[in-house]
Amino acid sequence: MSEHEGRRGEVVGTDGFGATAVRLDQGHVEVHGGLPERFSNPGLPPHVPRLSDLHEKGAKRAEKQVATLFGLSALGTLVFLVCYFAIDQEQVAFIPGIGKANLYNVVLGVSLAFALLGIGVGAVHWAKTLMPDTEMVEERHTLRASDADRQRAADDFLAGGPAAQLDRRPLIKYSLGGALGLFALPLVLQLVGGLGPFNIQQLKHTIWKKGDRLVRDPERTPIRADQVTVGSVYHVLPESIKDSQHVLEDKGKAAVLLMRLNPDEIKVKKERDWGHDGIVAYSKICTHVGCPVGLYEQTTHHLLCPCHQSTFDVTDDCKVIFGPAKRPLPQLKITVDSEGYLVADAPFAQPVGPSFWERDRT
Amino acid sequence: MNALAARRRHPAAIVLLLLLGLLVTGFAYATFAPRTAQASTAAQSQVEDGKKLFLANCATCHGLQAEGTKVGPSLAGVGAAAVDFQMGTGRMPLAGPAVQAPRKQEIQFSQAEISAVAAYVASLAPGPGIPDAKYSSGEGGDVALGGELFRVNCAMCHNFAGSGGALTRGKYAPNLRNVSGKHIYEAMVSGPQSMPVFNDQNISPESKNAIVAYLHAVDNEENVGGFSLGNLGPVSEGLFAWVFGLGLLVGFAVWLGKKAA
Repeated sequence: MSEHEGRRGEVVGTDGFGATAVRLDQGHVEVHGGLPERFSNPGLPPHVPRLSDLHEKGAKRAEKQVATLFGLSALGTLVFLVCYFAIDQEQVAFIPGIGKANLYNVVLGVSLAFALLGIGVGAVHWAKTLMPDTEMVEERHTLRASDADRQRAADDFLAGGPAAQLDRRPLIKYSLGGALGLFALPLVLQLVGGLGPFNIQQLKHTIWKKGDRLVRDPERTPIRADQVTVGSVYHVLPESIKDSQHVLEDKGKAAVLLMRLNPDEIKVKKERDWGHDGIVAYSKICTHVGCPVGLYEQTTHHLLCPCHQSTFDVTDDCKVIFGPAKRPLPQLKITVDSEGYLVADAPFAQPVGPSFWERDRT
Repeated sequence: MNALAARRRHPAAIVLLLLLGLLVTGFAYATFAPRTAQASTAAQSQVEDGKKLFLANCATCHGLQAEGTKVGPSLAGVGAAAVDFQMGTGRMPLAGPAVQAPRKQEIQFSQAEISAVAAYVASLAPGPGIPDAKYSSGEGGDVALGGELFRVNCAMCHNFAGSGGALTRGKYAPNLRNVSGKHIYEAMVSGPQSMPVFNDQNISPESKNAIVAYLHAVDNEENVGGFSLGNLGPVSEGLFAWVFGLGLLVGFAVWLGKKAA
């Protein structure tokens, strides 16, 4: 806070702006806003006359321009009306700059654009060139109402309660309070209820069970171990998806990616044990936000999620090597049944997909 | 005692006996030895032509016997399909080291030369062969089934319409516009570069034909809305709206605020 000298040499305010504060009950007070003396109001910029004000020729030219724009609009409307009936809806034509497009759409669109823009641009051009352009200032009226009005408003408001017999009849007051208070509950319930399912256990389990055969998506045919060659990728669902009542919900958690690697390239023993001769199955649901991680790069053995580019290393138990995911993809333990088809040996050992609060609690 | 037995201790008897033994063994082998299966239908001269072309164009990176070097993998087992795809789309021979071999429009080799190299590589070890035109032309393929299979197996890398997509570290899944059905089939079955292998037990030949039919249908469809913006989805559409749409609106706003001359 700085001090400054007033006009008579005495120290005036402590904040450098001089004027005393204005109180709200003083009525209309005209002040200069506390501006220091060295700033003067520059006023409005000097008025520059337009060509249409100076020469009648300029005004006539502006008039012709406005009329042309309105005429263009009329032309656009006529073209629209004619082509609505004249052009076949399936007609395809070559439009330079776009290529092959539906002629009906293009002609109706362009003509309607001209029809509307012609009116709008014409009106704006008319306003700019021919309508008055002198600068005007409209004073703002005082906002504060008169004292008598303010008193009357307060009195009416205070008289309302006794007029409604609210003070004589407390039962109304209490029952209204109860109803309104209770009414907040449905709103709160929806907010809180939307946070997750009541039965949190259903988030932790997929429909995979021990003995479920792995089937191809979308044909839903089972897969034999010898059909999976090194470098192959199969998009897999559990066989029990055929009996599911909620296919999309179940598929959204049970989708699995089956890959075959050379067993020597797998660095983690658990991954080798849970697979079958280099065939490994991992959950397709990304542990970040739940997109399907389908982009398998065969040469580098990396799995890429397309949404936020989380990258998982399949040779290292799908550890996250890049991106926002924080946990590796869960592996599905698989084995081969007596007929040679690949089956799940156990359900997923951990909940699949993104994290949620109760994930680590039993 | 006959004349032969009387001469049994003649010094030439041993020599004659050995010669007889050799002749009998040789004939017996030639008659009873199992024949190696003739897997290649190529004539021997095609394989030799292929070998000559291979040594001239491919051996620098892939080794003199296609055993592989530091800069090029071994080609044993890749099959004729891989060679026909890589050379037929101009990806091989690769001009220089790169993250990915790009598709080229001008192919240096004639189809006969490509087939010769393919026959040579196929003779090295068994691998996927050139597909039957019945399953790779797309004719008679169910476009809807092909679309469903494409969306499950291919769209995550190649985009819903096969317009291509990015992979990690500069690799990419190329766009699939105007690729012949034979090359599409061969790419699926050989798994080039980062692409996984989709063998005939994973996606059957009829299903592969359906996928080819779907991709060819996308190539030929007319975009009745107008500009397809490369079928890249909301990104290119949003870019169009922000650049041209918003640009137009800003232009109008600036014009509205200006005073007339």
